[in-house]
Amino acid sequence: MIALVTAILLTATPGPTLNAVETARAEAIMQEIRCVVCAGQSIADSDAALAQDMRHFIRVRVARGDDAASIRAELAQSYRDEVLLRPPFDWRTLPLWLAPLIFLLAGGGMLIMASRSRREP
Amino acid sequence: MIAELGRFLVAIALIASVAQLLFGWRAARAGNVGPLAVATGRASAVALGTLGAAFVLLAVLFLQSDFSVGYVAANSHVDKPVFYKIAAVWGGHEGSMLLWCLLLAGVGAGLNRWGPRSDDGLRLRATAVQGGLQLLFIAFLFFASNPFDRLDPAELAGRGLNPILQDPALAMHPPMLYVGYVGLSAAFSLAAAGLIEGRGGRVLAEALRPWAVAAWAFLTAGISLGAWWAYYELGWGGWWFWDPVENASFMPWLVATALIHSAIATQRSGAFPGWTAFLALTAFSLSALGAFLVRSGVLTSVHAFALDPERGLWILVMLAVIAGGGLALFGWRASTLGRGDGFEPTSREAFIGANNLFLVVTAGVVLTGTLMPLIIDALGGRMISVGAPYFNTVATPFLALLLVFLPFAPFLPWRKAGLRPVAISLTAALWLVPASIAGLALMFAGGSIFAIAGAFVGAWAIAGAISDYQRSRGQAGLGPRLASAGRSMAHAGIGLVALGAAADSTGAPEISRSLAPGETMQVGDTILALESVTRADGANYMADSAILVATEGGRTLGRLRPERRFYPANDQNTREVAIRSGVRGDLYVSLGDPHTRGDGTVAYEVRASFNPFVWLLGLGAALIALGGLTALAGQAAHRRRPA
Repeated sequence: MIALVTAILLTATPGPTLNAVETARAEAIMQEIRCVVCAGQSIADSDAALAQDMRHFIRVRVARGDDAASIRAELAQSYRDEVLLRPPFDWRTLPLWLAPLIFLLAGGGMLIMASRSRREP
Repeated sequence: MIAELGRFLVAIALIASVAQLLFGWRAARAGNVGPLAVATGRASAVALGTLGAAFVLLAVLFLQSDFSVGYVAANSHVDKPVFYKIAAVWGGHEGSMLLWCLLLAGVGAGLNRWGPRSDDGLRLRATAVQGGLQLLFIAFLFFASNPFDRLDPAELAGRGLNPILQDPALAMHPPMLYVGYVGLSAAFSLAAAGLIEGRGGRVLAEALRPWAVAAWAFLTAGISLGAWWAYYELGWGGWWFWDPVENASFMPWLVATALIHSAIATQRSGAFPGWTAFLALTAFSLSALGAFLVRSGVLTSVHAFALDPERGLWILVMLAVIAGGGLALFGWRASTLGRGDGFEPTSREAFIGANNLFLVVTAGVVLTGTLMPLIIDALGGRMISVGAPYFNTVATPFLALLLVFLPFAPFLPWRKAGLRPVAISLTAALWLVPASIAGLALMFAGGSIFAIAGAFVGAWAIAGAISDYQRSRGQAGLGPRLASAGRSMAHAGIGLVALGAAADSTGAPEISRSLAPGETMQVGDTILALESVTRADGANYMADSAILVATEGGRTLGRLRPERRFYPANDQNTREVAIRSGVRGDLYVSLGDPHTRGDGTVAYEVRASFNPFVWLLGLGAALIALGGLTALAGQAAHRRRPA
């Protein structure tokens, strides 16, 4: 798979020309892909050579008409789930998506209890 | 000799902190202001004095460029400007620990001096708890993070400081942040003392409020300086990345914000007494977590612990003692604080409760998102990343909800049902006008639905803050007037930040072009022409400096001079961004690597973007911090007034 990605990267060096809509789509995907060699940057922000290659890969795929989900999935296949800045929805990441609900319900319950408490005379 | 003296002074501070803990504890138990209380004060003064002297000695070592000291060699360089030699004192782990301990001792002496006058038991107990915190951190400094360790053989030139860290805003960012973090230790110690003494409620809230407000104002300033630095120094065009390091400082800020509101409710009407103590304990625990996880490098990978297992173990133990001890104490003694009186759903308490709910849920989400990758990694699962897309989706809506409720609270009475429907809805209708205008403006500027919502709630909050200010202007007494003004400023500042964030999100994405001198690129309505690129070396770096001429409709706007620098001492390239600020926003240009084209001309990669209304963010952040300080002045004026 990595070999395939690299092959695409190497063969398609003169970048495809994207129209405004495609550019925006590519840009949105790049914002959500983490640069593998630098700490905590998306590939949209990174100067690293690998990030440039990955940006190029995304442009090629957007030009080909692939949808964002399949491009993301393909990058996650090659570079592992770590490149997805928006974590996938599965059992490992369930706490991430449940946390706000749990906090909200627990906190809301406490607030209602606090409002109803009456001091004994 | 100086280094050895420095280490000796740290040892004395360690012993003085033990004395402060023991004397303070016994004095509080004895319940009188006898010799034990005097000894507590002396011990806290000795700890502060010795750590202050040790800090000065470390600065002297940096000024002398004494590279026989490992920490100096690792963080300084002969060629470094004097200002950054001083800033390097807190630029690395060991030195920042020394600063942390110095500030802790400052809070210790401050608690003893300015703690609740009317309640010696609480004051002395808090000083003792603070002595315990000092003991913990100074021991870590002395045994596992000594900045005075010698290096054999000594280095000749030093290993510099990271050049992107050589910047005035970033030099001041850690001290500001640390004053905020450590300031919250006062709230921690007072809450712990309150729990031990069984003295919750109004006394505790009144005692910890000024500390919490001051710490919060500095935390705001520190975080803002960091965001500003990221904006103009990193050259990525953004100011907030939901990076783990940023999240680490944002969590204590969120909880401290909740704390200062909850403490007001506790002080004024007795509501939320236990919750206020809980937030005080949590705020400092998160500060310690943030500061140490950042400094130890664990936030980027749990394997950082493996690089320095001894230090890693220390940090885990300290966090367990602070957070675990604080929470255990709370669980054991919270019932002594009472439960508060209850309140109507449209009273001010209810709205402050909603504020706390949204703030703490946001903090909880940020904590979960920041620690989740570490937990999965530690459990040996397939690594995941949790980045900006997650936080923007899950955390930001709660902050928007916060702003929806914000303008009402200052108009509501304590305890009683206060939503006099006619009066409030008339005022709210007035606030809706600017909010709608802001929302519509952004809609036509091509903003997303989230940007429009952000602008709407931002303007809504600002309008609410202005009408709050108009109503409370005529109050009697300087103290209450300053306090209300501070509240309005901080609330308006929050609104401005929301407005600025919404406006900024409408900016077009950054454009990257390869330009040779004489060529142009277009950013929005502006045309940028690369005029020339020349060498412009500095004291400790080599640089290419470009001149770009910005024109709009044939009219010259000005020249921008971005640089690309190379720092040989670090073997590091940086981009010095050029920014042309205007009312409508910032033209933001950075210079990248050169390359030779087929025809032999040398072209440079130039990145440019137009970031709308960025100044709103800076103004908002400044207003928030100044609002906090103004409210603090109001409290001080109020307190000084003879009762």
